[in-house]
Amino acid sequence: MTDDGAFQPLAMDFDGAGDGRERALALLLLSMADDEFVIGFSDSEWTGIGPILEEDVAISSLAQDELGHAQALYRLLADTVPDGRDADAWAYDRPPEGYLHARLLDHPRGDWAATIARRYLYDTADSARLGALAESSHRPLAELLAKIRREERYHLMHVETWLERLAEAGGESRRRLVAALDAMAADAGTVLAPLPGETALVRHGIVAEPFAAIEARWRSGVAATFARLGLPELPPTVAPDRARTDHSDVFRALHAEFTMVRRSEVGATW
Amino acid sequence: MVMAAPVSIESVAARLATVHDPEIPTVSIVDLGLVHDISVAGDRIAVELLPTFVACPALEVIRSSVADALVVLGRPVDVAFTFAVPWTTERLTDAGRAGLRRAGIAPPAEPADVRCPFCGSAQIAMDSAFGPALCRSLFYCRGCRQPFEAFKPI
Repeated sequence: MTDDGAFQPLAMDFDGAGDGRERALALLLLSMADDEFVIGFSDSEWTGIGPILEEDVAISSLAQDELGHAQALYRLLADTVPDGRDADAWAYDRPPEGYLHARLLDHPRGDWAATIARRYLYDTADSARLGALAESSHRPLAELLAKIRREERYHLMHVETWLERLAEAGGESRRRLVAALDAMAADAGTVLAPLPGETALVRHGIVAEPFAAIEARWRSGVAATFARLGLPELPPTVAPDRARTDHSDVFRALHAEFTMVRRSEVGATW
Repeated sequence: MVMAAPVSIESVAARLATVHDPEIPTVSIVDLGLVHDISVAGDRIAVELLPTFVACPALEVIRSSVADALVVLGRPVDVAFTFAVPWTTERLTDAGRAGLRRAGIAPPAEPADVRCPFCGSAQIAMDSAFGPALCRSLFYCRGCRQPFEAFKPI
């Protein structure tokens, strides 16, 4: 994929584009923040209706963590893009087509099996991504991720337990899990699809290696888990060059929901 | 014009020791290990704090409690949160760990090493890694038959 193309309509014109470092960094931060924000908001809809009380608390905690991570990443983005937008403006003041989350997260939270399938695929991919950013030359990002990775450890433990539970339970649990994985498997790799400007990210030491290498490592880990649980293999990503654009009606509905309060009283402090 | 007396780092630290976690009133933010840096430059006091969890909703309350506690020093105060180093449970002091137990919260430990904060029993079971706050897990004590919370090791 070239460094320009599908993302150009997002017109992230700002000072400091320089040799591409700032723009590539901004796209990386925005894609990560949007991923965390969208899955965090979507999973937060389980609060109050989780399948059991402990799980209601757990999924709410996971969602709260992700929203906090998104806020911290939007703040780093606001420091990188000097156009006056703060974290809330980045989170709430864009039209749906301006969001750069992975297409995996355009899938609805669905039933509990779909939520677990989506979260398993996302958390494992995100973990691989965070690993490749741990030694990032962008110091504020490396510092933040040192903290975030400690929290995500709990997310992985939790979702891996649930994946095994649903897969090994047989019957309806397994049937629903397999159906959910089948519906989103072709989009699973979108979290790690190449980003425009990733050559600049690698050149500047912001990310340790190209996303293709991160994705390959993630796929082999997931393949081992799926083989052990007798789950179908993940197919390759469909249309990786549009992995973070062309969002679904499911996302447009979610966007209308999460921007509702912000739109109801422009400029208010909540 | 009367010059204000100089403010020492120690006097700032002493005031910070009076600020308690809004949800755990038995533990000060100093014993919780939140204070990363204190500096006094010119006429300003700057305090840098470490969030226990990135999404901790108590941060703004803690920030304003710190500012309030330093008002008596008569200097403008800047309170900031930083990720310069990750907050980890090793930052809790012994007094902080004792304070957690007084609040009915087991200090952070790997699940097998958690002890009931009420009776000290090791006959405990984790109900859920996720509790009523991001920083806590749910346990049950078979010794005194009470549920309790444990601070998550992180």
